[in-house]
Amino acid sequence: MGMITNVTSFGRSGLSDWLLQRATAVVMAVYTVFVVFYLLTNPDLNYGQWVALNSHICMKVLNVLTVFSIAIHAWIGLWAVLTDYVTVRLLGPKATPLRIFFQLGMITVTLVYLIWALDIVWGI
Amino acid sequence: MQIYGVYIVNKKRPVNLDIGTIQLPITSYVSILHRVSGVVLFASIALFLWVLDASLSSEESFNAVKECMGGTLCQLIIWASLAALAYHMVAGIRHLIMDFGIGETLEGGRLGAVIALIIAAVLIVLAGVWVWV
Repeated sequence: MGMITNVTSFGRSGLSDWLLQRATAVVMAVYTVFVVFYLLTNPDLNYGQWVALNSHICMKVLNVLTVFSIAIHAWIGLWAVLTDYVTVRLLGPKATPLRIFFQLGMITVTLVYLIWALDIVWGI
Repeated sequence: MQIYGVYIVNKKRPVNLDIGTIQLPITSYVSILHRVSGVVLFASIALFLWVLDASLSSEESFNAVKECMGGTLCQLIIWASLAALAYHMVAGIRHLIMDFGIGETLEGGRLGAVIALIIAAVLIVLAGVWVWV
């Protein structure tokens, strides 16, 4: 097959990235709606309640799923933005090394977020 | 050069879809804002993790976060982040609805864009009410 793949995309295929972008969006939407609802219904939240919530196994699973979803979603989304705007057509020949630089920077920040977030939500 | 009666032009062809020179429809603004809000959210994850870490580390740092929430700068940052999140979610849900084949026509796309902007604006105002009232 002569299919062109891209070394910096997340799933190496457009269809895979398309589906992952939607699946991770649903996970993050569930997290957001739940946490906003929880904070709205507990305006006088104290430390004990907050730790109890986040150390519950169901919340830990949701937290970890959300953390992975953020990382995958950000990778795919920023890949789309960078490959659309940091291009040779718009910026000239220097665009390719510049885009690779930004993409590797974006991937590094995403991985730092991932490790930091896992450390926070799993260590409770 | 002519091959099989077809002229091959080696000159660089002009690009007609230069978005800087054409007037954009409302759907384009909804799409561009979706991207801008996404990039803003990527930056705000650092702040979110910092606050989450502090809120779970100890009772003292939890109370410090709560106290910070009372400051104007903190409130502005939270409101801006919530605004980006609200807009990005609404525009994303619009995408999911369109994936099911709803609102895919030219008129449907425009109507969906207007509805998304209105719902996002309402949510952003409500987020402000949550932060300040």
